Amino acid sequence: MVFIYDSSFEGFLSAVFMAYEYKCKQPKIVKREKFLGDFFEEVEEVITSEEKSKRVWLKVKEKCGSRGSQQIYWAFLSELNEIENTLFLYIQHALSSTKNITKDYANPAVLKVAQTVKQVGREKHRMDAFVRFRKTKDDIYFATVEPDFNVLPLNIKHFKNRYADQKWCIYDLKRNYGIFYDLEKVEIIQLDLPTSILETSTDFFTTEEIQFQHLWKNYFDSTNIKSRKNTKLHQQHVPKRYWKYLSEKYL
Amino acid sequence: MNFDRIKEKLNILADAAKYDVSCSSSGSKRQNQNKGLGDSSGMGICHSYTEDGRCVSLLKILLTNHCIFDCAYCVTRKSNDIKRAAFKVQEVVDLTINFYRRNYIEGLFLSSGIFKSPDTTMERLVQVAKKLRLEENFNGYIHLKSIPGANDELMHEAGLYADRLSVNIEIPTREGLKLLAPDKDRKDFLQPMNKVKNEIIRYKSEKKIIKSTPKFAPAGQSTQMIVGATNETDAQVMYTAAYFYKKYQMKRVYYSGYIPISYDARLPSIGTDVPLLRENRLYQADWLMRFYGFSIEELLNKEHPNLDSDVDPKLSWALRNLHLFPVDVNKADKQMLARIPGLGMKSVYKILGARKYRNLNWEHLKKIGVALNRAKYFMVCNSQEWEKKDLSAMSIKNLILQNSKSKFRNTYNNQLNLFDKQDALIQY
Repeated sequence: MVFIYDSSFEGFLSAVFMAYEYKCKQPKIVKREKFLGDFFEEVEEVITSEEKSKRVWLKVKEKCGSRGSQQIYWAFLSELNEIENTLFLYIQHALSSTKNITKDYANPAVLKVAQTVKQVGREKHRMDAFVRFRKTKDDIYFATVEPDFNVLPLNIKHFKNRYADQKWCIYDLKRNYGIFYDLEKVEIIQLDLPTSILETSTDFFTTEEIQFQHLWKNYFDSTNIKSRKNTKLHQQHVPKRYWKYLSEKYL
Repeated sequence: MNFDRIKEKLNILADAAKYDVSCSSSGSKRQNQNKGLGDSSGMGICHSYTEDGRCVSLLKILLTNHCIFDCAYCVTRKSNDIKRAAFKVQEVVDLTINFYRRNYIEGLFLSSGIFKSPDTTMERLVQVAKKLRLEENFNGYIHLKSIPGANDELMHEAGLYADRLSVNIEIPTREGLKLLAPDKDRKDFLQPMNKVKNEIIRYKSEKKIIKSTPKFAPAGQSTQMIVGATNETDAQVMYTAAYFYKKYQMKRVYYSGYIPISYDARLPSIGTDVPLLRENRLYQADWLMRFYGFSIEELLNKEHPNLDSDVDPKLSWALRNLHLFPVDVNKADKQMLARIPGLGMKSVYKILGARKYRNLNWEHLKKIGVALNRAKYFMVCNSQEWEKKDLSAMSIKNLILQNSKSKFRNTYNNQLNLFDKQDALIQY
């Protein structure tokens, strides 16, 4: 059977609930936006339900512990093709086992989830590192990013703890939403950004802003040791796809 | 802010500070307070990487590159004909805050040439840190240099505001120091180190009784040694490192391959290659000591005063101790697993977790991510096949080298050619 859901995590958990309800052992769980139709299998629309998702989540927490359930959420944020099916197998393995299975790396689903969590964690950490705030005229430190995975929800805590005394916004251009801190709380926001947002135009940003970018670029160049040049290592740490957001690389 | 002036100073004083390799921004426990700026309680973050592949985590600058000393190995030595500059305290504060707010850096690494006297210099460094903490409510990471010869009072104050303090001993041997920096004495380096160590111990014991005891250098101390400037052996470098880890409870010892910066006849001439491979091997040995349970005597001793260049120190140790292998990965304890070449601590923990559910075979190990091309000669698992079958240390090494790639291969190519010829003889 194919279960079509609304892309939310609660929607996915509701789909798991329904698969169990229908006693379906090998369901395909697909995001509505990715579903292309299926002639051979029965298709079921999932209605996202707070109650059902909560019941699944509590059971998963009981079986996998808080660390294991967190892993499921992180892997879900990868948005990888068919990750939902892997997660279903993972949950199935957890519910049918008497032991905590989160370290059973010889099981393909457990290993795949562990590897995906590692990838997601790496991308989350990259955002902690590669976000470059630019100060706007109305005193908001503003950054744009395009993470490989949907990691911004995982970055909230880090940035909120660190920049408690400044307004900031990190905007995911790929998924068209951002996280915004207004000195009190963090909210999810959607903006209509001009296509020129990557340029630091003085229409939006302070005049000092571009000066600081140049200072930073200067520092970056001065701290390099030419006789130790190692381009391969450099690119391995700072892959090219991130360069357009890093002032030390694009200026 | 006068950006042009600051830019010029920044170029000079960042360039002069770059030979200090310490980049760590982790290990502190300073949390954001009263909704101020910054937090350094998490793991370290590398915000960028220079084209030489080193991480950029802190704004690493000298307060000034004026210096009254003339140490041959140092680019800011008195007799060197270079541009000199000096930051004002407020300028460093402003730069740090503005870089930090834009998420460029984790904090400040402030060092300095010694102008006037060690006390004046140290006092100025402390002023910067104090201002950041008290006036700006800055909770980011601050690494200050302990200036050799600075008084205990100043070192105490430094520890109240900094997360980490460091003194670089620079030259691993006493004789080397005498040759290259005749004005300096090892005692001068050790005095502030000792003071900081004792204060950290005192802080920890007082903290147990009074919870509000102000933090003292929560990220501890580190030091750095230049390798390849004098003709010291790897054993001399690593035994010195081991001494500092033990005696002064160093968080890190850094090894910096000497970069030729002088025509001084006492030093390798300009144009000499930076000993990158050697530096790499020293760090590997350092890791084995700190995280893998190896003692320094196992890695380096009278018979082996230098680390092998063609294989890593763990493999090298294993080849000298074949009688301890093969290890059964389904039974061995953590300590022994960690000694198998090709197994990092991450793999060790994965194996310890996974083998509780079933006995692991080669296929499992490969999928988990074990570097089998090295590990397979040293372990057995739940499988009949076993690679070793009485191979000698020499042939294992040979097989591993043939089936692996290393960016350093050219450095030790001569030895490899020899192996290839041997093989050719055996085949025909």
